Formats: sequence, C-alpha cells, structure tokens
Amino acid sequence: MSTDPDRGPARIADRLIEFCGALRAEGLAVGTSEVLDASNALESIGWEDEEGFREAVAATVAKSRGDREVFDLVFDRFFFREAEAEALRREPEVEGPEGIGDDRLADLSVEGLAEAVAEAIDSGDAGRMNDLARLSIEVFARDGERSGVVGVDLQRIRRGLGIAPGGDGTGPDPEGRREFERQLRRELERRQIGQLGKLPPARPLRDLNRTLPTRGAADLAQVQRAIFRMKRRLATVGHDPRRGGKGRSIDFRRTARASLETGGVPLDLRYRPRRPRKPEIYVLCDVSSSVSSASTFFLSVVHALHDSFRRLRSFVFIERISEVTDLFQSERDFASISERITAQGGVADVSGYTDYGRVWREFLEDVSSDLGPRSTVIVLGDARTNGRPPGSDSFRAVADRAKRTLWLNPEPAAYWNYGDSAMAAYAPFCDGVFECWTTDQLEDFVDLLARTGGGTPSLHPAAMAPPRPRY
Amino acid sequence: MTGPEADSPQTPTEVRDALGEASYLADESVALVAFLAQRLGRPVLVEGPAGVGKTELAKALSRATGREMIRLQCYEGLDEAKSLYEWNYRKQLLGIQARAAAGDSDEASALDELFAPEYLLERPLLEAISSEEPVVLLIDEIDKTDQEFEAMLLELLSDFQVTIPELGRIEAATHPIVVITSNDSRELTEALKRRCLYLWIDYPDPEREAEIVRLHEPGIDERLARRLVEVVAMVRDLDLRKPPSISESIDWARTLVLLGADDIDEGTFRESLSTIVKHRADLDLVAEKVAPALGRGEPAGSPGG
Repeated sequence: MSTDPDRGPARIADRLIEFCGALRAEGLAVGTSEVLDASNALESIGWEDEEGFREAVAATVAKSRGDREVFDLVFDRFFFREAEAEALRREPEVEGPEGIGDDRLADLSVEGLAEAVAEAIDSGDAGRMNDLARLSIEVFARDGERSGVVGVDLQRIRRGLGIAPGGDGTGPDPEGRREFERQLRRELERRQIGQLGKLPPARPLRDLNRTLPTRGAADLAQVQRAIFRMKRRLATVGHDPRRGGKGRSIDFRRTARASLETGGVPLDLRYRPRRPRKPEIYVLCDVSSSVSSASTFFLSVVHALHDSFRRLRSFVFIERISEVTDLFQSERDFASISERITAQGGVADVSGYTDYGRVWREFLEDVSSDLGPRSTVIVLGDARTNGRPPGSDSFRAVADRAKRTLWLNPEPAAYWNYGDSAMAAYAPFCDGVFECWTTDQLEDFVDLLARTGGGTPSLHPAAMAPPRPRY
Repeated sequence: MTGPEADSPQTPTEVRDALGEASYLADESVALVAFLAQRLGRPVLVEGPAGVGKTELAKALSRATGREMIRLQCYEGLDEAKSLYEWNYRKQLLGIQARAAAGDSDEASALDELFAPEYLLERPLLEAISSEEPVVLLIDEIDKTDQEFEAMLLELLSDFQVTIPELGRIEAATHPIVVITSNDSRELTEALKRRCLYLWIDYPDPEREAEIVRLHEPGIDERLARRLVEVVAMVRDLDLRKPPSISESIDWARTLVLLGADDIDEGTFRESLSTIVKHRADLDLVAEKVAPALGRGEPAGSPGG
C-alpha cells in the first residue's frame, strides 16, 4: 500500500467521509459504522484499482438495489469532480477536444451521427460511445444548439439524436443509452469546466433518476415504519383475550421444562400462546386523476403493506376495479409498479372518472365472498363520485361482511361532502374515516388505531376530525 | 477465537480463482465481496432474481475454502427453537429419573447438570458458531421469515455470539463465513443490512452465461451454448411471471445435448420449451413471441446474434 504522504490513507479517509456526506445528502442512510467498514474494506484491497475501489465502497455502503443506483451516480459525480478539481489545480488550461478536424466536422450530418450513436449503443462499446459523445457535442455546437447549461444541452442532443426513451419501451437498449448519456454529461461538464475555469456547483440528483418518482426514498421508509406498527396492531384484531377455557392446547415442551423444578412432575401446566389469526387485508386504492397527487403516496402505502402482510390483496380502481396483488408481489421496484399500473392496470376506461357505485358492485360480486370475520378492508380514496350514484348499499354490504372497514381520504376533512364528495354516504358504515395524505398523518392513523380497542367501532365517524389539525 | 484473517486469501483475484476451481464463475463484484467477507469477517447479504446463483455462491465458497456448509432454510414462522437451540427435555427428564433412582437429592447440582451443554440440542445457527472447524453458514431466503427473526439474528451476526440464559454467552470458536440470501420479496430491516456487506447478483451477460452453461454441461458445443443464451436472453426480455434463471439455462443445455440438437430452430425450441418456462401463461406468450423469430434451422451464430 502506498504511503506517499500526499495521497496516503489519511487523505483517502477524508475523501471517503466527504463522499459519504454526499451520499447522505442524497438520502442514503450511511452510518458511521458503514464509513468504518468502507475504510476497512479499502485497507484490505488496496485502493489503486478503480473498479475494486468502487465495488468495495459500494458493498459496505449501499445496502439495496435502489441505494446502489444512487451510489453509482453520486460516485461518478463526486470522484469525477475530484479528478477535475485536481486537474484544474495543476493545469488551469484545459484543452478542447482533440482529433476532430474542422473539415470532417462540417461534413457530418446529424442523421449520420444518430446512426453511428445507435450502433455504438447497441454494441455497448464504451470507448466508441465516448468518442461519439464528444463528436455530438461538437456537431450540435456547430449548429448553434448550445446553451451552456449542461442539462439543457443534454436534452437537446438527446432529442436531436433520437435516443430519448420511447414511451412504449422501444428505442435503443436502455443500458447502453444510459451509458451514452453518462458519457455525454461527463463531456459536457468537462467542457464547461474548461471554459469557466472552475467547477460548476453540485446539483442534487433529484432531476436525474431516483427510485421514487416524486418523493424521496426516506419517505417510503417512513411509510414502511408506520405500516410495520400497523401490522402489530392488526395482528391482534379478532384476538379474544379470554384466558384458559376450551381449545387451549398444552405446550408440552414448556410444561416438561417447567416440571424440572418439581422433579419431573408436571404440576405447572404451560399452554401454547393462543396464536392470533393472521389478518386478511383488502386494500382498495383510487388511482384516478382527482387523486393523482396523492396516488403516489397511496401506492407507496400499498407497497409497504405488501412488505408486511402476506395475506394481502390489493386493488386499484377508477371506473372499474382491478386486482394488482400479483403485480405488487412480482415487482419490487416502485417506479415500475406505478408505470405498470398506469399502463396496464385495466382500470382506466373511457372517461377516466371514478365510478364508486360500480366499483363497490364489482367488488361485492367478485371478491366479497372471501371476506370474513378476519378481514379488514382499507379504502384509499377521495369519495368523489363525479355525480354518479355512490352505491352506498353495495358498500354497506361489503362493510357488513368485513370485520372492519377503514377509509383513508387524501383530502382535508373540511372539503369532505362538498361538491361531488360522497363521504357522508360511506362514513356510517366505516369503522373509521381518516384524513391522510402525509406520512405524519399515516402515523397518526396508526397511533389512533393502536389506542382504540380492536374491532369495536369506537372510531366513530363523528370523531373523524383529523387527530392533529394542521392548517 | 481465530481471527477472520487467519487463513484468508490475500487478493480478490485469489478468491475468484478459488471459486472458479469450485466451478463457480464469479464476476468482479462477486469475487470482491466474497474476499471482503473473509477479510473483514462480515456476513454477506446477497440479493437478486431467483436462480442467479445466490445459494450456489455459498456452496462454492464452501468447496473453495474446504469448509463444511451449514444451511438454514428460512420459512414463515421459523423461530429460535428451530434455528438456534432447544433444550432436550426428554433427555433432561430421563436425567432426573436416573438421579432419583440413584438416590441423589442434591437439587442445586441437579439443576446445574440438567442445563449443561450435553442437554442442549444445537440447531444450525448455534452449530455454525460452536463448530471446531470454521464453516460456511448459509441463511437461505431470509425474506421469507418474519421481521422478529431478523432481530434475533443481530447478536449472532454482529458479534458471532449467542446468549443462552442458563449457560451464558457462547462465543464463536471459529469465525464462519455467513451468506444470507434474499429474493427481495420484502424490505429487510436497516439493522440487519447495516451489519452486512451487500451484493446484488443480476443475470450475467451472455458471454459469461455461455461460459457457465459450458462449465456445467461440457457436452454442449460453444456455438450452440452461445445461441442458447441469446435465446434465453430474448425470453427474459419478455414480461414473464417467472423468467428463466441460470439453472434453467443449464437444464436446457442438458436437454438439448440429450436430444442431440445442434441448433435451436423453431421445432427444437417448442419441443424443449418447458425446461425454461414453467408457467402456463408464460408458455403461451413465449411460444407466440419467441418461437417464430427463431426460424427453421437457419444457421445460428451470425455475428452479433
């Protein structure tokens, strides 16, 4: 291992800490123990080789696939900037790209270039992609398409070359495309640094790709925590606290063990704890446009519920209802779940307006025979019926079959029952109605659930004002 | 306790070669994480799609290091008594009766003796840390267990020790290599992740997969193996319920060798389709989308596929 005082381990440790700071700024939970691990890992591999360096730090710091994506982006940005800063310090004049003659440049058409780029992306040749990235920047600068802002230029070039991702999944190989875009960004940044003679400010990654479309990953974690607590609460629903009585079975192992104290005579009988039956949960999530701002949040709630409960069936609805249990079980990545739900949930009909009446009727016909004394139905929706009949009879039938029915509404309680909101038609049949559109409120909901008795409709709709007023 | 560094390899390349000899073709990141796991003595959490060789990695590590492998298969409801330890109460009862028969009535010593290690039934986790020889411990499909079970693992994974109320703390005699696999069906707790090195294994690129297939089925020729992984990649690109894994590629290679096929055309493909696609709906989709694209006995292996 190198002991050069200028580039020795002490210096790399400082950089590592800074780097972990950058990761934290992007929402990764990097604890001190991870930083220590990373530095131990580096010590044992020697950190001269770039790929090894990256993998060693990644293995100790990025603990999920989503984390790893963010890690790679931050890694490139951080160490690229580091290298550039070093270059700048040593040699303020950064040369322009070399090897492209002006005459050759003038001949190049955008179409020809686009073709070459597509080829390089398909072949996955990184070196060629890098050359073409530089060339593209030159060509677009020649045509006057140059704003000087990296993001804008990147978009323009991407559009010009036709390598933007196709909405229907067509277009070039996504892996290669990302690689090419990374090269482009890198070159554009390099160029900008060359021109300005200083580094551009670091940007948060939120405008690049994140695991969640609109909210930070930390939010999802918070939702998950709240749901985990809810799991504990719901686990005891339908649990009869009577002690002894019929149907208790003796735990032979524990009785025998207790009998050791009395010389092997089983005086003290031990019973198996009465296993609370597992709750069955049915989540119905409105994904229509009127709740579009809340549906990301709702879907993350459903996502978290799937992590905690195995006996969970989830449905999304707009005009009709559609079961998405399989989708959530087979797909882990949150972004692609939302994509697939919108693309093929089978719920968006012609009008795209919610039809609650029809939704309840369909739910009642198709699913409600499965409902029983252990079922909890959770509805996530704004109860805006678009003037259509609310179908409260069907809803009542559903609520009667289920052990409990809970409704989470993403609108402030003050707006309920105004306009086409039919909350009042449903509230009497619910065991609880809650205003819920932030993780804080979700936690309040779980708290309230935990404080009140299991199963009894003590969460009376009259008391449905938000637990904590926040306006 | 033997330190984790005792006989650990010196470089990731060494690990990679050792794994190669144990017929596991590791890529850069797998070799590196396997190396770090041995150097730092940290458990490795391996995630990835089903059938990319997560469990196989543990087996290969066991072969490569010459350590015995202890496996704990997780399932919903797995608890301490089945994973860690349990008192052998039958033997304890017999012990009491034997003492009574012998006329021994010293209670204090009786209790001491009854909770001696000889009455302890070791389950995989305890077995792994109390083993005289260092072992490889595989905790398979941890995402199938409850979160409570993860919490129980924490003491074991961070300090390699187990506390048994009657006996006190049992520290690891040797340092096991711990491999934890997860199919990513639920989010694991932060506390567990914090104690582990993380490794994501994805489907390998075609060249490596062709190598893997040939390693496990030497009878297949290179051109056919390449063609095979290309077709499998096509199938994986479809939106299937259960995309074919590496082990299915290998099975398919074996089938093709048995069938004596020297190329994959539409006929062969349809015949042997069920080795790589295991779901009714998937079968239809694949038959419809991939089979016609294969053509009838067209010469395979054209450059770039």
